[in-house]
Amino acid sequence: MSTKAASTRKIRRPLFSLRSASIRFAMAYAMMFTVSAFLFLSVIWWGAIGLLERQVEASVSADLRALSERWTEGGLPALTLAIEDRLEDNFDEDSIYLLIDQHGRRITGNLPTWPASVQLSGVWYQLSVHRIGLKSVAEVQAIDLPKGFRLLIGRDVRGRILLRHLLANILIWAVIMITGLALGGALLIRKMTQRMIQSIARTTSAIAHGDLSRRMPLRGRGDELDEVAIAINDMLERISRLMDGVKQVSNSIAHDLRTPITRARARLEYAALHAHDETALRQAVEHGVDDLDRITTVFEALLRIAQIEAGARRSAFAWFDLVPVIGDIAELYEPVADEHQIVLMLRMPNSLRFYGDRMMIQQAVSNLLDNALKYSPEKSTVTLSVASGANPGKGGITSTSERLVTIAVTDQGIGMSDEDLKRASERFFRADAARNTPGSGLGLALVQAIVQLHFGTLRFNRRNPGISAVMDMPLPPDPEVSRPASGP
Amino acid sequence: MHILLVEDDPTVRDFVAKGLAEIGHIVDQADNGKDGLFLAVSENFDVIILDRMLPGGIDGLKILETLRGQKNSTPVLVLSALADVDDRVAGLQAGGDDYLTKPFAFSELLARVEALGRRGRNEHAPQTRLEVGDLEMDLLSRVVRRSGQKIELQPREFRLLEFLMRHAGQVVTRTMLLEGVWDYHFDPQTNVIDVHVSRLRQKIDKPFEKSMIHTVRNAGYMLQAE
Repeated sequence: MSTKAASTRKIRRPLFSLRSASIRFAMAYAMMFTVSAFLFLSVIWWGAIGLLERQVEASVSADLRALSERWTEGGLPALTLAIEDRLEDNFDEDSIYLLIDQHGRRITGNLPTWPASVQLSGVWYQLSVHRIGLKSVAEVQAIDLPKGFRLLIGRDVRGRILLRHLLANILIWAVIMITGLALGGALLIRKMTQRMIQSIARTTSAIAHGDLSRRMPLRGRGDELDEVAIAINDMLERISRLMDGVKQVSNSIAHDLRTPITRARARLEYAALHAHDETALRQAVEHGVDDLDRITTVFEALLRIAQIEAGARRSAFAWFDLVPVIGDIAELYEPVADEHQIVLMLRMPNSLRFYGDRMMIQQAVSNLLDNALKYSPEKSTVTLSVASGANPGKGGITSTSERLVTIAVTDQGIGMSDEDLKRASERFFRADAARNTPGSGLGLALVQAIVQLHFGTLRFNRRNPGISAVMDMPLPPDPEVSRPASGP
Repeated sequence: MHILLVEDDPTVRDFVAKGLAEIGHIVDQADNGKDGLFLAVSENFDVIILDRMLPGGIDGLKILETLRGQKNSTPVLVLSALADVDDRVAGLQAGGDDYLTKPFAFSELLARVEALGRRGRNEHAPQTRLEVGDLEMDLLSRVVRRSGQKIELQPREFRLLEFLMRHAGQVVTRTMLLEGVWDYHFDPQTNVIDVHVSRLRQKIDKPFEKSMIHTVRNAGYMLQAE
């Protein structure tokens, strides 16, 4: 089974295989082209032939009327004269006249004898005639005159036949040429798509085999091929970021959870072997429980980050006023700041409607405040500010909104080096200066995940002294504001 | 209190049941959904502790929905290994009165169970005044007095004290305060609650001889007259 599947995959397709999408496309295209050309030429055919036919009929009818009038006005001599006049004036030599008497004898005209097939009058006949040495086709009509005289009037329609042949030839050649062009086009399309698909297929199969560093080559023309390539590259970027994240988390779990687990285990084991009294034993157990609690906290934070990063938590998104929500958080931390003799300054508008997950925003701001307070010296100021403005990054894939909401926490603390800042929102990253303060190293990673969930960015500005953590989040148009504004 | 414990893990069940029995509660146990549901509908309990994921086809939420469908309003504490916000909301929407995620500290469980048991008893009388020892709180005029002396409180301090007074004589954990007073369901890393309580102490206890707000080690706080 498997060898068969493998071998069919390797078969090189013949040049014109119906399994090729481009060939199918080109075939359909050619078919459509042929049908439309056929219809087009048919319309011309019927239009041209029909027009000629009507013209012949009209002119013969007019002739019949005029010559009958001549008969009634001047009798046989006038009619004969008129016919001879006409034959003389007929430069194209396509008119046919014949006048016979009651015995069938020819009086005048350019046909030698009355054709046997023409019996009734007022009916169209088509005859083959020999005129001026040429075999030709004519359309004729007869009319009965008084006293048994009969008049036959017709037109030579050789031209029409020629035209018909010409059109038929055109049609055949058109079909041949269209088919040729379509096949050529199909080959061209097939080649083009093959080139595009093959380059995509090569890259993706390299990635499928584990080489995540490969990227689609860009040709810089900005065409559809480049668009596809850019989209695929973006996707690869995201995948490799996620993969890195997974790798990092598993490394971190291995390291940062293993350490406290080892510690707890060692403590408990030591107590079980060496504790002399109940107090020592009890103390060891309590420490063990504390260690487990810390492990749980880290574990929960990791899970939460992973969950937020998966982007599955937008179900709780809603419109709410950001100002009281932020105000509440500030109020929660105000006594903590007070205790450390830090001034917590609030800069907010009176009201600011925001679209997002209220609890997540609370958590993010709480983490930022927590950090700021932890690393601020006494008698300094921590500023929490909320503002909204025009979105300078408008036009990106995620930031199509007009407005940007900015929540910033600025402190005057120990700050961070540029290098550390770059890594600040990585999981478990802790700057050397912060190693001795309690914390899991997951706070900013969580903030980062929350900001990304809101399609925003988390950036850090270095202050002198201190640091400013800024959450920029785009705001979609407010349904409650835009509705009355767009109305009359 | 008469407590029903429905939990399939024998270690956790023993741990909880023994802990509750030591304090003097009567604990009935079930290790699967079917027995749990049978006990829950056939007897009167003060509190039901319900694990969310149970073997035997009937899970915790199903039991909860059945109980509430029968107009049984016994307070239910849902225990769950699912810590997700959505799971929490689902647990509360099904009729749970409180939600505790595993792993948990026994003190946290105990505090919540006792709070639920008490709520079940005096839920029917809407109060306008709270009184604990010489501490009085008028919920309408929002005035707090201790020994007749008026105490000025910030709105949040008022709510914090109200929560403590409503649970007077019981241990109240930091998480319970964060949930009950601030309505936050996440864990702030620093000891914000301790700072708030110590502020409240400054106003309620400091000027007086006896302190009423006690710290319970490894658990939380307790407001008590004596």
